[in-house]
Amino acid sequence: MAFVTANWNPLGEAFYRKIELYEMGWNLKDGLRECLVAAAPYGGPIALLKEPQRRSPSVRPQLEIYSSSGVAMASFPWKSGVVKQLGWTVCDDLLCIQEDGTVLIYDLFGNFKRHFSMGNEVGQSQVVEAKVFHSPYGTGVAIVTGASRFTLATNIDDLKLRRLPEVPGLQGAPTCWAVLTQDRQSKVLVATGADLFILDYTACTAVSPPGLSPQATSIVHMCVSFSYKYLALFTDSGHLWMGTANLKEKLSEVETKVRNPPKQMAWCRRPKSQQPSVVIMWDGHILVAGECKNTISYHLEGVSILVPELDGVRIINGTHHELLQEVPASCEEIFKIASMAPGALLLEAHKEYEKESQKADEYLREIKEQNLLGEAVKQCVEAAGHELEAETQKTLLRAASFGKCFLSNFPPEPFVSMCRDLRVLNAVRDYTVGIPLTHTQFKQMTVQVLIDRLVYRKLYPLAIEICRYLKTPEYQGVSRVLKHWACYVCLCITVWCVCLPQVKISLSLSPSLPLPQLLEFEPRSGEQVPLLLKMKRSQLALSKAIESGDTDLVYTVVTYLKNEMNRGDFFMTLRNQPVALSLYRQFCKHQEQDTLKDLFNQDDDHQELGNFYVKASYKEKRLEAQIGHLQSAVDEYNKAKNEFAAKATEEEMRLLRFQKKLEEEKGESLVGFSLHDTIRTLLAVGLHKHAEQLYKDFRVPDKRYWWLKLTALAEKEDWEEIEKFAKSKKSPIGYLPFVEICVKHHNKYEAKKYVSRVTPEQKVKAHLAVG
Amino acid sequence: MAHTGRRDAPELPDFSLLKRLARDQLIYLLEQLPGKKDLFIDADLMSLLDRIANVTTLKQHEVDKLYKVELKPIVSTSDQLCFLIRPRIQTVKWIADIVNSDKASGRFRRYKIIFTPQKFYACETVLEEQGVYGDVTTDEWAFYLLPLDDDIISLELPEFFRDNFLEGDQRWVTTAGSALRLVYSLYGPFSKVYGIGRCAKMVYESWRDQVEDGEQKARQPEIGNVFLIDRDVDFVTPLCSQVVYEGLVDDIFRIKCGSVEFGPEVTSSDKSLKVMVNSQDKVFNEIRNEHFSNVFGFLSQKARNLQTAYDKRRGMDIQQMKTFVSEELKGLKQEHRLLSLHIGASECIMKKKTKQDFQELLKTEHSLLEGFEVRECISFIEEHINRQISMIDSLRLLCLLSITENGLLPKDYRSLKAQYLQSYGIEHLLTFANLKQIGLLVEQQPGETLTVMESKVGKLVNDKTAGKLTDAFSSLAKKSNFRALSKRLVLIPKSGEEYDLRVPRDMAYIFSGAYIPLSCKLIEQVLERDGWTGLEEVTRMLNGHEFAVTGGTNGTEARIKTDPQRIILVMFLGGCTYSEISALRFLGREKGYKFIVLTTAITNSARLLEALLDNHA
Repeated sequence: MAFVTANWNPLGEAFYRKIELYEMGWNLKDGLRECLVAAAPYGGPIALLKEPQRRSPSVRPQLEIYSSSGVAMASFPWKSGVVKQLGWTVCDDLLCIQEDGTVLIYDLFGNFKRHFSMGNEVGQSQVVEAKVFHSPYGTGVAIVTGASRFTLATNIDDLKLRRLPEVPGLQGAPTCWAVLTQDRQSKVLVATGADLFILDYTACTAVSPPGLSPQATSIVHMCVSFSYKYLALFTDSGHLWMGTANLKEKLSEVETKVRNPPKQMAWCRRPKSQQPSVVIMWDGHILVAGECKNTISYHLEGVSILVPELDGVRIINGTHHELLQEVPASCEEIFKIASMAPGALLLEAHKEYEKESQKADEYLREIKEQNLLGEAVKQCVEAAGHELEAETQKTLLRAASFGKCFLSNFPPEPFVSMCRDLRVLNAVRDYTVGIPLTHTQFKQMTVQVLIDRLVYRKLYPLAIEICRYLKTPEYQGVSRVLKHWACYVCLCITVWCVCLPQVKISLSLSPSLPLPQLLEFEPRSGEQVPLLLKMKRSQLALSKAIESGDTDLVYTVVTYLKNEMNRGDFFMTLRNQPVALSLYRQFCKHQEQDTLKDLFNQDDDHQELGNFYVKASYKEKRLEAQIGHLQSAVDEYNKAKNEFAAKATEEEMRLLRFQKKLEEEKGESLVGFSLHDTIRTLLAVGLHKHAEQLYKDFRVPDKRYWWLKLTALAEKEDWEEIEKFAKSKKSPIGYLPFVEICVKHHNKYEAKKYVSRVTPEQKVKAHLAVG
Repeated sequence: MAHTGRRDAPELPDFSLLKRLARDQLIYLLEQLPGKKDLFIDADLMSLLDRIANVTTLKQHEVDKLYKVELKPIVSTSDQLCFLIRPRIQTVKWIADIVNSDKASGRFRRYKIIFTPQKFYACETVLEEQGVYGDVTTDEWAFYLLPLDDDIISLELPEFFRDNFLEGDQRWVTTAGSALRLVYSLYGPFSKVYGIGRCAKMVYESWRDQVEDGEQKARQPEIGNVFLIDRDVDFVTPLCSQVVYEGLVDDIFRIKCGSVEFGPEVTSSDKSLKVMVNSQDKVFNEIRNEHFSNVFGFLSQKARNLQTAYDKRRGMDIQQMKTFVSEELKGLKQEHRLLSLHIGASECIMKKKTKQDFQELLKTEHSLLEGFEVRECISFIEEHINRQISMIDSLRLLCLLSITENGLLPKDYRSLKAQYLQSYGIEHLLTFANLKQIGLLVEQQPGETLTVMESKVGKLVNDKTAGKLTDAFSSLAKKSNFRALSKRLVLIPKSGEEYDLRVPRDMAYIFSGAYIPLSCKLIEQVLERDGWTGLEEVTRMLNGHEFAVTGGTNGTEARIKTDPQRIILVMFLGGCTYSEISALRFLGREKGYKFIVLTTAITNSARLLEALLDNHA
């Protein structure tokens, strides 16, 4: 406790303190030397571009993004043009302004988002200097070209390029310049030598700061405060002029006795601060200048940058991250040595109380007598908010809580909300998260924005915890975070499926609920399946579609797969899904016969292939082609070990050849007839010999042949031949059919000839038939 | 019908509403394409459309000319073409060709495709692939249900059978589900849904999914219970020759969409006549469910009655004559006309069916059903094939043999197939492949061993596992288990007893008392038991997938047999035969139920087998 004031330095009325925020987690070999650095305000991320001037394609500069604590978030080689300036937008996107006027936008994790150009004319003259600024209208970019012309975009999300008027007498780059936001307009303040101009959209106005020291011949540096209210100018004579940004009022002027131009300057003040002060940085040291003559000087190690904040300046170098700020009034009152402020007394009282000393009562009494106990508690609570050390915070809050006991109607809200806020702040200040927000910044930023930023950093669990802890309404809290998270998980899985099928990204950032489970919550498969397709989970989509029993849906997936996959994979997929397969076969039957063949081939389904060829043979007009197809069918049937089909097909081929031959010889149309029909036709036209040949060649069963011949002859009413036939040998079908067929053709006379030969059992029938 | 049913039989709901709905929707769709247009109609939608809207109605809605879809180049001169088609790929491709050729010749027309009952993504893909997706507009005519008669509703989707059971393409399942949903929303809510078969289950689920979108009107249901059954649960029944009048008419003349075309040999004139056969036809209504042997008796009785009615006019005075002419004569004339028509038809049937061949065919069928003298049956079949009597009939007998015998012996399987190919051509090689796939004509597995092993295992382990094993076995062998089923369900009445076909005592009368159709018996049993309890053995032999769900709200009321409770919708997935409908009508009369048959199409043995042919690509 005694050391709270150890890092305090007085400057005029006020004290300044420099607090270490982090020891940087990064490991930079050369610190920040030869780096383009941009750090976002409100404890935002830091972007580093090492050696931005390097142009050789073999060694590309590396763009790295870190959290405020130096934890790496992204790193990739810079492949685009020469970068002049880096900057962050209000929503934590990285802007890289190139020499040719192109601005590339990346997200926090180095994913390219989009780009835009600062105008065509920039191409030739090139960007000499660029600045990224924030205004109530969003994030803006201002550039000055080699032709000394300024171009300005107030809001990059609603890009309107303003080419500002020429500055009279300006050759080359101006000595220094800054962007101001005044009267709802962004303006540029330019200094060339001793002259100062304000450039707005229409005009270039020369201005002069009131009371600028006459020794100065040139303004070498300037800076605008975080709120655009104040302006600081540094002259070649080593004078620092401070005043309002509208150049109407001078606040103070300090002689620094340093004549070389500073590297960077930043306003260091806080809302309700006691005096205006500016931090000026040179190589190796910084200076804090306020209203009074003397200044505070700090030594700097290595190359550093200043990051102006709402209530101070952050100083980042290769190893450390510090906060320089004016000590807030409440802290000053409490901790100032020998302070008699009520807060200090309360703290003292509480200390004694802990020691169980009766002095506690004395102190308390002293405050109470002045009727300042309420004030004391308030001071303690407020001071706790401004402290970054958890221990100090606790001590102060305990003291406040102790003091509260003696107050009857002290409103509890400030105390409770401060406790809550601090918990949140300590959580986000944590090294792993790396958002070093002060309480003032937090209040300015609001919880919503903080949660957005956490979500943007994919810190979903923390964001949810904070929402729950602060009891943020569901719709803007937990559910919003969950929505973002769900989107992200989907994206992650998409990435996983698309780019890294073999590597599984563990979703360590989020509770590991896999996506399909998420989709299980979608009860309508009609909705689910297209989603799964979109996420390239085609297999799952297919099985889901099949599960749904909606063939149309299955078909959607199949067509999709057909277009997406190569054939082999596609067929393999189908093979595992019989429903989809049969569906696709149906389609192929009508649309793509050849695909069907490939499909069977893939499956080694020789049986189906055989059938396929048989079918194909029907379509052929030419005999040779028909035979060709049938031969393939035979081969396939053999492979399928379907001897029966193979034999049948072979016979068909023989029959076809026979038919063709005969057709050519005798001019009877035969091709395409079945064996039975062929024989019958042959018999009908009297080619008994050929019929006989077929009968033998194809080993037609006797019974069939007899039936066949009998009917054919009867048809011709060739009774003589029938009689010859009947006598040729013993009928395998008996003689009843002879009788019947004669009767059928109304030839009872012939019928009677055979009655005697009918077997005894059938004789009655035969007689009945004859009548 | 000679015998009246129980008098308390409930009234059937009015299904004409379905037609009205369909017509209104069609008209609406036609009006979406204003102006004169030519309408192309799928051939198999023609007669269906006839039942919904006649040509005059279509003309009223600016249909200029009507064409049949023939998949050939068209000659229409109209600037607007409208196609009313089933969602089939070839048809869509044909349309795409038309559009493309019009484009090539620089002709501009508007095209509209109306798919019925629904469009399929596959069809749209074809349009897209052919590059005409933007040129045509597509619509759906959600016409699912065509009431063929008071108690028959048909989806008129004959391809359902082949697509679903052979090709494994389940695209029509949703359609069937939607059809059921339509019935549900008009005549529901159902209190109980029973079903058996894989497809039945899917249809049930599809319907459930569709209904879940929260339509539950508290309304007096008109249909109480629903029974869903897959055609492949019972292939035996449709493969048997039909001998009930309506079935015979269908077998011989082919009833199409509830109407039949009688040729000159029936009308005894020189032109054919198209008649509707339904309950409006009084003569037909009386004989439709009769066994054919009774039909002549009925018809002659009817003729006599008619004569007496005509004879009344003798001895009438002028006044009486006047009333007779104005009131009765027309009806009598009508009846007369119908009577002569049906007599003609019966004669024609007689000619074809009472021949010796047919008698022997029936005998063989009955022997097969009983499992009696199987060898003789096989030689009969052989002869049947050898004599090329009928391609379909031969095939039918082969299938019947295979199902009843649990597959053919390898030797028979080969020789019968070889002979069949010799008779009817090599292309039936593919038919056989199809029949094998669907399980209608298969080779006997080393059968005995399987059954023996099964029973042994069955004894060793408890029922449930045995059931699973049986499942595994049966899926392995695709056994039909017909013999065991028929024993357990007593499908074959004891032979030897005289069966009086004029006074039938059970549903077997539809097959001359030889066999009670399995499908109808199942329905009877399930309704009697109010579920599948006690039928576990049977369902196992039928490969399971049975379910019984108490539906909706009034589950508790279900016990009270209110009128709607006794109206039962039987949905056949894959078609049903007229014989089965007759059997159900009989069952209804006996038990005081009313059955409504909802089928994907009316089928018979010929249609069933033709669907499985593959003799043309």
